[in-house]
Amino acid sequence: MDFTFSEDQLLFQDSVRGFLVNEITPERLRAGWDTETGRDPALWQQLAELGLTGLTVPEEHGGLGMNAVDFVLLAQECGYVALPEPLVNHALVAVPLLQDIGGELAARWLPLAATGEARVVAAVEQNLVVEDAHVADLLLLERDGRWYALEQGQFSCERNESVDPGRRLFSVTVPEGATVVASGPQASSLRSATLNRGALGCAAQALGLAQRMIDLSVQYTADRKQFGKPIGSFQAVKHHMANVAVRLEYAKAPVHRAAYAVAEDAAAAALAVAQAKLMACEAASLAAKNSIQVHGAMGYTWEVDLHIFMKKAWALANTWGDAGWHKQQVAAVIFADGAALGAGATFQ
Amino acid sequence: MQLAFTEQQQAFRSEIRAWLKANVPAEPLRTFDTEEGFQQHREWEATLNQGRWGMVTWPEALGGRGCDLIEWLIFEEEYYRAAAPLRVNQNGIFLLGPTLMEYGTEEQKARFLPAMAEGRDIWAQGWSEPGAGSDMAAIRSTAQRDGDKYIINGQKTWSTRAVWADWLFGMFRTDPESERHRGLTFILVPLKTPGITVRPIPQLDGLPGFAEIFFDNVEVDVSNRLGDEGAGWAVAMATAGFERGLMLRSPARFQETARRLVELYRANEASASHDPQIREAVIRAYLDAESYCLSTYQTACRLSQGGKIGAESSTNKIFWSELDQAMHATAMSILGARAELLPHAPAASGVGHWLDGWLFSQSGPIYAGTNEIQRNIIAERMLGMPR
Repeated sequence: MDFTFSEDQLLFQDSVRGFLVNEITPERLRAGWDTETGRDPALWQQLAELGLTGLTVPEEHGGLGMNAVDFVLLAQECGYVALPEPLVNHALVAVPLLQDIGGELAARWLPLAATGEARVVAAVEQNLVVEDAHVADLLLLERDGRWYALEQGQFSCERNESVDPGRRLFSVTVPEGATVVASGPQASSLRSATLNRGALGCAAQALGLAQRMIDLSVQYTADRKQFGKPIGSFQAVKHHMANVAVRLEYAKAPVHRAAYAVAEDAAAAALAVAQAKLMACEAASLAAKNSIQVHGAMGYTWEVDLHIFMKKAWALANTWGDAGWHKQQVAAVIFADGAALGAGATFQ
Repeated sequence: MQLAFTEQQQAFRSEIRAWLKANVPAEPLRTFDTEEGFQQHREWEATLNQGRWGMVTWPEALGGRGCDLIEWLIFEEEYYRAAAPLRVNQNGIFLLGPTLMEYGTEEQKARFLPAMAEGRDIWAQGWSEPGAGSDMAAIRSTAQRDGDKYIINGQKTWSTRAVWADWLFGMFRTDPESERHRGLTFILVPLKTPGITVRPIPQLDGLPGFAEIFFDNVEVDVSNRLGDEGAGWAVAMATAGFERGLMLRSPARFQETARRLVELYRANEASASHDPQIREAVIRAYLDAESYCLSTYQTACRLSQGGKIGAESSTNKIFWSELDQAMHATAMSILGARAELLPHAPAASGVGHWLDGWLFSQSGPIYAGTNEIQRNIIAERMLGMPR
């Protein structure tokens, strides 16, 4: 039993955090809202140079051959800065899916994914809209029980504006005669695995988002004075933030366990992921609710940065399986006859 | 990261499981808030100790097994799975024992630890006073030095299990000029000493689960002092330190409650499903109990690799106490009209022990530092908000 990250994993997290916090400033995020794609090829190139685009690509295809446990801490950091580039989808969802599909498709695209020359994006039908379809060099799309591999230019997409101006969401039309890369039971098992990875990505980012909102609120309430004191010295304000800290603290281990279950392809991965996503997104939603409250009227403005993170947290809570869907995954397990519950069942 | 138990850990689990199967009384003991139940639980402590299962985290030389935190978690899982009796001497074993090992003299260890292990000495705590609750540094009970004696005067209150306990450990003001955290001394007091009056206080269930204790010129030998004179606060902080906070309420306890709640829901689904919030609350109970378990394992692994615990440990008590309250509230909702009935009432079919648990769960957010104090600590020490 070793529920810790290695020194290397923690060091990598530190260096990625340092890079992201320096580069992905709120000003840069805001500037991206007004550009045509909202995405920045130069930034993607920097992420590739850090080894992030190839992190989960097998070594024989030019990557680092790492897995969800290696990536989960980095996904948290992506959440912390509200990274607009589709790195989490690419590395945690699409690349493993490409490996699962295998064959010529994988052989052709994995090396390009590793170097970052190709951005690969995956989407399941349940998502309703497709994130970052407009910049996907390869889009792996599930529709009507089949998986399609669509190259940029082979499909048309129509933008859906989100409450979060950093998100770029599209309705994608699959063209006649598009390449089907999986169907039948294989497609269905790929869908489950992809949903797990996508939901894990949301959960990990939600942890980072919650931490960012805490940090912003702690700073704001230390600076803002009323009645001659920083408002952060008032218990009513403190307890709002303490409540967030409690929920966030107990959401971390479930996310890390879910990453482990996904990496090990464990039979109980769907349950672990559902638990992780529910706990983490709930922590982030509470962070949003309490953070806007302690920011007062400033929190309700476009000008203050809080909403960048708040809106992303709201969006992630209901994508890659909304809360109701994930609760149903949990219910199906715990309300079944002979369910393994209670003390000692957690790691069985 | 490797989330599987080693063969050694699995063997440890099998061993305790087998022992509990053979030794846990078939008939549940009476509550230790009755004289008869207290005696039964004292005997159970002796039985546990004979099997060397009483203090698994204690060193082998002291009758323990030198278990690390992971083994301790496994032990607790099996203990709660087996519905073994609650620990009447947990104040002694989990709080005072480790403190004695750290601060006690060799003579004190030899004098107190074996008797504690065998259940001969059951310990109560003496912290709170009428004017010192959340503000523990406001302690006013005094211990005046007189040669090789301390003369104790004052009053302690909310002392759990003190009605039938043998000993009390607590803090007293040895320097009458001192204020707040200074001038306090940690002293071990036999409750049978002349000058002590123990007055039972009935708890919410009507049973005398705690007591107030009056000290009227009580003479205690100086050799009963733990740590230096005036150093009581530091000793007490060690007693309340994280690992012991963790040991106060292991995840197994709440996972078993969550498991029973799922069972209760399924057994009453026809009526309970009328309120969709009940189903939601049952799912939530499972999720939170599992998350508490996962977080505890993660912390235990980090500590066993030499990691340090930080202020985030203050989140622990809020999480489990509010989880416990929520789970029992859900059980009450499921039981509906039966919820208020005592278990022996003729119409109380299938109520189990939920009512007792519900009453007890009300105390969780209050004892061991109220949840309001914990939230202040989290905000100030973990998040760095201004005092």
